[in-house]
Amino acid sequence: MSGYSQSEPLARTAREEANIRTAVTSASQSHRLPGDGMIDRRSPLRFSFDGKAMTGFAGDTLASALVANGVKLVARSFKYHRPRGIVTAGSEEPSALVEMRTGARREPNTRATTQELYDGLIANSQNRWPSLRHDLMSINQLFAPIFVAGFYYKTFMWPAKFWESIYEPMIRRAAGLGKSAELPDPDHYDKAWAHCDVLVVGGGPAGLSAALAAGRAGSRVILVEEDTLLGGRLLGDGGEIDGMDAREWLRSTTRELVSLPNVRIMTRTALFGVYDGGTYAALERVSDNVAMPDRHQVRQRLWRIVARRSVVTAGAIERPIVFPGNDRPGVMMASAVRTYVNRFAALPGKRVALFTNNDDGWRTAEIIQRAGAHIVAVIDPRREVPAQHRRLVDTYDLRVLAGVVSDVKGGVDGVRSIVVTNDRNGQTQRVETDCLAVSGGWNPNVGLSCFHRGKPIWREDIAAFVPGGAPKGMATAGAANGELSLGACLRDGHSAGAKAAAECGAAGKPGEASKADEEGYGIAPLWHVKGKGKAFVDFQHDVTASDVTLAQREGFESVEHLKRYTTLGMATDQGKTSNINGLAIMAEATGRTIPETGTTIYRPPYAPVAIGAIAGHHRDENFHAWRLTPSHHWAAKQGAVFVDTGLWKRAQWYPLAGEKDWLESVSREVLAVRNGVGFCDVSTLGKVDVRGADAGVFLDRVYINAFSSLAVGKARYGLMLREDGIVYDDGTTSRLAEDHYFLTTTTAKAGLVMQHLEFCRQVLFPDLDVQLTSATDQWAQFSIAGPNARKLLQDLVDPSEDLTNEGFPFMGAREVKLRGGVIARLFRISFSGEMAFEISVPARYGAAMAENLMIAGKPYGVTPYGTEALGVMRIEKGHVAGPELNGTTTADDLGLGKMMSKKKDFIGRVMAGREALIAPNRQVVVGVKPTDKARRLRSGAHVVPKGETPGPKTDQGYVTSVCFSPVLDQWIGLGLVERGRERIGEIVRIHDPLRSEDYEAEICSPVFYDPEGVRQRG
Amino acid sequence: MRIACPFCGERENGEFTYLGDASPKRPNFAVDGGESPERVEDAFHDYVYLRDNLAGVMREYWYHGGGCRSWLVAERNTVTHEFVSVTAAPGAGAALAARAGE
Repeated sequence: MSGYSQSEPLARTAREEANIRTAVTSASQSHRLPGDGMIDRRSPLRFSFDGKAMTGFAGDTLASALVANGVKLVARSFKYHRPRGIVTAGSEEPSALVEMRTGARREPNTRATTQELYDGLIANSQNRWPSLRHDLMSINQLFAPIFVAGFYYKTFMWPAKFWESIYEPMIRRAAGLGKSAELPDPDHYDKAWAHCDVLVVGGGPAGLSAALAAGRAGSRVILVEEDTLLGGRLLGDGGEIDGMDAREWLRSTTRELVSLPNVRIMTRTALFGVYDGGTYAALERVSDNVAMPDRHQVRQRLWRIVARRSVVTAGAIERPIVFPGNDRPGVMMASAVRTYVNRFAALPGKRVALFTNNDDGWRTAEIIQRAGAHIVAVIDPRREVPAQHRRLVDTYDLRVLAGVVSDVKGGVDGVRSIVVTNDRNGQTQRVETDCLAVSGGWNPNVGLSCFHRGKPIWREDIAAFVPGGAPKGMATAGAANGELSLGACLRDGHSAGAKAAAECGAAGKPGEASKADEEGYGIAPLWHVKGKGKAFVDFQHDVTASDVTLAQREGFESVEHLKRYTTLGMATDQGKTSNINGLAIMAEATGRTIPETGTTIYRPPYAPVAIGAIAGHHRDENFHAWRLTPSHHWAAKQGAVFVDTGLWKRAQWYPLAGEKDWLESVSREVLAVRNGVGFCDVSTLGKVDVRGADAGVFLDRVYINAFSSLAVGKARYGLMLREDGIVYDDGTTSRLAEDHYFLTTTTAKAGLVMQHLEFCRQVLFPDLDVQLTSATDQWAQFSIAGPNARKLLQDLVDPSEDLTNEGFPFMGAREVKLRGGVIARLFRISFSGEMAFEISVPARYGAAMAENLMIAGKPYGVTPYGTEALGVMRIEKGHVAGPELNGTTTADDLGLGKMMSKKKDFIGRVMAGREALIAPNRQVVVGVKPTDKARRLRSGAHVVPKGETPGPKTDQGYVTSVCFSPVLDQWIGLGLVERGRERIGEIVRIHDPLRSEDYEAEICSPVFYDPEGVRQRG
Repeated sequence: MRIACPFCGERENGEFTYLGDASPKRPNFAVDGGESPERVEDAFHDYVYLRDNLAGVMREYWYHGGGCRSWLVAERNTVTHEFVSVTAAPGAGAALAARAGE
């Protein structure tokens, strides 16, 4: 199931080995160690950083390659433009953000620590000018006193109009991160679902144990790991498990997991969200490790994983100590130093100093010494060497200093020396060093367990927050659960995996947990070393310890206020290395304990997610699904112009060669219908088959007018209200048999009306014998309109069909046989006001129908028409549509009040009778035509009494729909006008402030054309 | 969020549409049945507009429009989003039941 394979160093000949070593030297990787690491020295890779060519190896990250090349300065900070280096070796990196790639693929703020190296990689530093070494904006440091927390609010308050024009652009130029590409993203992003019993989040020792236990027990397991390789801290720390080297254990465990068909391993996949009902979101970086995705491959894939249980083994993040100069390039987390040495065979410094307040940090000293570099001093405020490290001190004769690091000296290229202060007697001494490894302790990764508003709880013994519970179905294990020794991680992970599998009903045996030392973890909390110079809490947002205490002095004591006032933890790293230090300093300043101070609310995403990945394939023309009418391809061949109507693409008009604009085409189509015959695809109308003994009663309840009294073979216009009395939808419904009606809705509301009808049937009137079937996609429906419509149709139907006024009168509805035998449904209804039919054929005949209408209609000059001509003709006839059925109008407003039956209950009947809905001064539908016949009427223009000043008090309504009427040779429109029906003939003022237009118009009947309806009865 | 449709099984919430409180019952008055118009209007007013906003378990209407088109009555905890139960509306799946009985 899984394509995962852990890279295993293959056997090499001594000569190969020598060649590689030579290649390394020539490639000037000055800080590359001879040891193996987990890089492939047979695959050297070229890359460039700020235009400088360098080399690394397969298996490197950009950060490890930079370390190996001796590069310390990689970035300038956000606000002060201070020189910054690489701080961590993982996804929590706050400082080493670079701009990856170029052109359309340029991507800002990429963590160098998670970017896999590939041949030809191009990266650039950001937020500097003209260069990283000589950044003129570093002058900001001189103005540091004014750039304190909240300085935007204090400094740039007035004059207010300067904010948008001057202050904000200036600040944005000075303070910022990288620049995103300004071209469309050329890559594709995918979205996918996965389902499992047990989701294991994090592939370190605890996660591997959990996955193995659950997998052996027989559960369907998904193990996600954000890194390229499984192993977590084992890759950096090594150790001994079950009597073997940690890497050997890792290989054998991976082999077993890969061999289990029920276990799926997903590396390069970061879990970033926890949602309701066991749904999780993860981002798979499919092609971030290559210059550009392979053909047909995606760049990233967004996974939604549904899991019955999850085990979060997301580890812990080492936290910095806040002291002056702690942001200089070369100050690095102690665990990161170990990772660069052990995993990447890259040495962050040749003379390393170690500053730690806990036992775990001491491991770095041992690993540095073993790698052949030199530990110049270990600074520990606890004054006593931890028991398990005493032998280390003796073996290497380590220089151990009791105290704290109180300052860091150096330049843009990083640390040159540190000042160590004995915090008892205040004595200081200087230690020369090129790399300061720092460990302030470990913060279990509680984020995922807190995404449902969980609050972590404080554990004094490890001076850290641990999960205080978890969302339903989730368990936490290993370091994420506060278990900070390797042995405990293996044990805890195994038992959590076994328990999750059992809860999912797995019957197999989970086997035994692997064993390793459960060494102690001593720590004396140290948050902040006070002193002169800036001591950084949040490296990415340049928030210092004094910003935190300033926030406290100004009253922003709550952690949520602290966060927003100082922007602590609000950068792309979301404070992974800074939040706890910030709140600890706030706790100290306010005299509260850390648990009293509390944490801010944890929210997804845990890691940055590109908008492209969230959009997936839903971009450009695929932003939403399309629906094509049955005659779409035929219409496209005729050169139709299409318009989006909801999801549908409808033919808007059919331009002919030589026509100068849309108006000319549309007017031609209208006149062709009015004088001859035309047809239009109206398949987009919603269609519902209503069947059952109570079908008529059912329709009586959902429409304001009666349908049970409709004769078989007849159609009737129906109007639906909402229960609050406002008009919901309209359409024609025909009775095809005693117990069978065919109902149509508007295009826009088709789905909603179906939902509403189902609600009425299933919830309100469950006793009625009626069934509903959506038939919108099953029927291709065409309107055939014009004086020659019958003649045209007669040529299409079987000669036995009588379409005369006697045989098939106005508002008739029945099945007809077409020549060739296809059974169609024919309706003698008219939206255009002409003699017209609508014909429904099974959707697969839609395109053929359009072609046949063209052939049969040729003698009559048949003209296909689009939605514009349809709209013109409905306005000429005063038929209401979407702009009038606008969610505020009643049946009476539309002039349809008389349709409301008084003899039956129907949806909306009672509420439609409310005082305000029957008030005499309501705005009702009328016709509007400018007094100047050459004037173009515009929809949205306001109606004001003649001679009045336009304003809220004089406003009497507005123009809802307009068109140019070719038969009247002028612009006309429908409008909603106060007491409109009493004012026919009145001249009003039309005021259009948006287009700066003001003119007069006459209120008239909404039926402009054939008011007696002679033509449609034909 | 996952919703266990009684007809289709557990499905993702994107397939469903939320309507709201399932408690209000549509008033049932015969036209010209002798009720005072005010009383009828008051009853409809309550039905259309008055809703409780519970923090806790609430009965709600959900529509499985992306599946079987059934209206469902779900008991959901509005604080935790946990579904306590999901049942079919009285008239949902009637055709299915009728066919099963044939």
